[in-house]
Amino acid sequence: MSIKLKNVSYIYSPGTAYEMHALENIHLTIPDNQFIGMIGHTGSGKSTLIQLFNGLLKPTGGEVFYNGENIWSEKFSRKNLRSQVGLAFQYPEYQLFETNVLEDVCFGPKNQGLDPEAAKERAKKALEQAGVPQELFDKSPFELSGGQKKRVAIAGVLAMNPRILILDEPTAGLDPRGRDELLEQIAALHKTRGISVVLVSHSMEDIARYVQRMIVLNKGRIAFDGAPRQVFSHCQELESMGLAAPQMTYVMQDLKRRGLSVDVEAITVEEARDSILSALKGAGHDS
Amino acid sequence: MEIVRASNLGYDYCRYDENGQQREVTRAIDDVNLDVQEGQFVAILGHNGSGKSTLAKHINALLLPTEGTLWVDHMDTSTEEELWKIRQRAGMVFQNPDNQIIGTVVEEDVGFGPENMGVPTGDIWKRVEDSLQAVGMTAYRNHSPNKLSGGQKQRVAIAGVMAMRPRCIVLDEPTAMLDPNGRREVLEAVRELNHQENVTVILITHYMEEVIAADRVYVMDRGRIVMQGAPREIFAQVEQLKSYGLDVPQVTLLAYELRKAGLSMPEGILRREELVDALCQLS
Repeated sequence: MSIKLKNVSYIYSPGTAYEMHALENIHLTIPDNQFIGMIGHTGSGKSTLIQLFNGLLKPTGGEVFYNGENIWSEKFSRKNLRSQVGLAFQYPEYQLFETNVLEDVCFGPKNQGLDPEAAKERAKKALEQAGVPQELFDKSPFELSGGQKKRVAIAGVLAMNPRILILDEPTAGLDPRGRDELLEQIAALHKTRGISVVLVSHSMEDIARYVQRMIVLNKGRIAFDGAPRQVFSHCQELESMGLAAPQMTYVMQDLKRRGLSVDVEAITVEEARDSILSALKGAGHDS
Repeated sequence: MEIVRASNLGYDYCRYDENGQQREVTRAIDDVNLDVQEGQFVAILGHNGSGKSTLAKHINALLLPTEGTLWVDHMDTSTEEELWKIRQRAGMVFQNPDNQIIGTVVEEDVGFGPENMGVPTGDIWKRVEDSLQAVGMTAYRNHSPNKLSGGQKQRVAIAGVMAMRPRCIVLDEPTAMLDPNGRREVLEAVRELNHQENVTVILITHYMEEVIAADRVYVMDRGRIVMQGAPREIFAQVEQLKSYGLDVPQVTLLAYELRKAGLSMPEGILRREELVDALCQLS
């Protein structure tokens, strides 16, 4: 299972006064079983890009392949694609509409042709995996808190058994514990279901902690694509793109500048701690 | 001088069934006492559902207390005749900038508040100009708000509140939807208003790093205020904060982890420079 973008461009309102080049010459492969982070400032093309992944937008240039098939060829089923490549939007309000939580999550599998009982089973499992407690199943989705709504929206996507899960800022507005829990659950899904996850986020700390690979978009182009440790070491370039490195990167760089031989590629608190402890030991400090 | 005071404040959310019978009562705020002095920068932390937003809406008289009293600039918010005065004194900025911008041009949007208050036209323009300048958005005065970035939109929303010349501004997670640059812009604008214009700031946030510069921090849990103090005092209590579903700034967490590992680090480190200095003294 993979998504492949070949020289993809996207122009909004082409040929009018409002013409805007949102993406240019994008080459990208999303393979099986990878946890990917995507960052970029507002307007860098992230939202356009994720909508190209599941055929919600048609590229104005280049080609998009799913498992080697061109998704815009005549015989390709894009309806099928959308259940394989699940997309959870930033504002859960836009994708919740049913009278209760369980019904809402059943909508996807029912649409895929499952009978009501089987759909219900799938929905319950998805809700559990997204961390929605059972007592909320018969509540209206609109009575829920922001964090709960997000989880229900994610469950709605999971219930379709996607092979690739795309999450647009799932943690915006969540409190620290809610954020950690949700990200842990997403990481567990990635492991247990073996699905690929694309996490769009403005939190460099979350990206640093969870993903294997990160893609940085800037002005409609891919500026960096690699392991977070390497990408974040370019913190000045990231800043010039309106982004930043995780706070630990700055701490480590300061320490290095002051003569402590620490690992400047440490990006999480745990990595920073271990690197500092061993650097101090090396410097003859006994703790 | 005090600007916001709450005394034994309580608030219940009630839900009704189809027949208008009360079905469920949720206590969102419980016995809250608060005393904010004019010119202070106050931060409120708490997990989702802890009552922060409910409290914020009381300061703007969008909600009225079920129990106790809240005063804004010595006016009781449940006095209906004072309502407009209260809303003018305490302005509010919400999380999603798209929900609070109404004008088709930036300067019109900012002028909406004072126009509604019946401010004479000449004064409105003066206020619009001052407010846009205060948040660094003068260059965009003739732009369409929907072409702006999130951080810029949020600054326009703040300018809209500033144009009403409030004494106090309540910001309910103003940076939750923004990218790092947008977050920085908004925070700088807020700090500037606090320092230059002496506007009291009450900031609700989930980003612990945004709280470091506050004069005072309140932590809420289940509708109650459970901790209060200077940021340094609050963030020194890592375990307690975690028990409320919160966090500490990453720099503070690193210092805490290093101390746990046996290094002699001072308590309550908040800033990167402090941490780096402390470590360099050890090596």
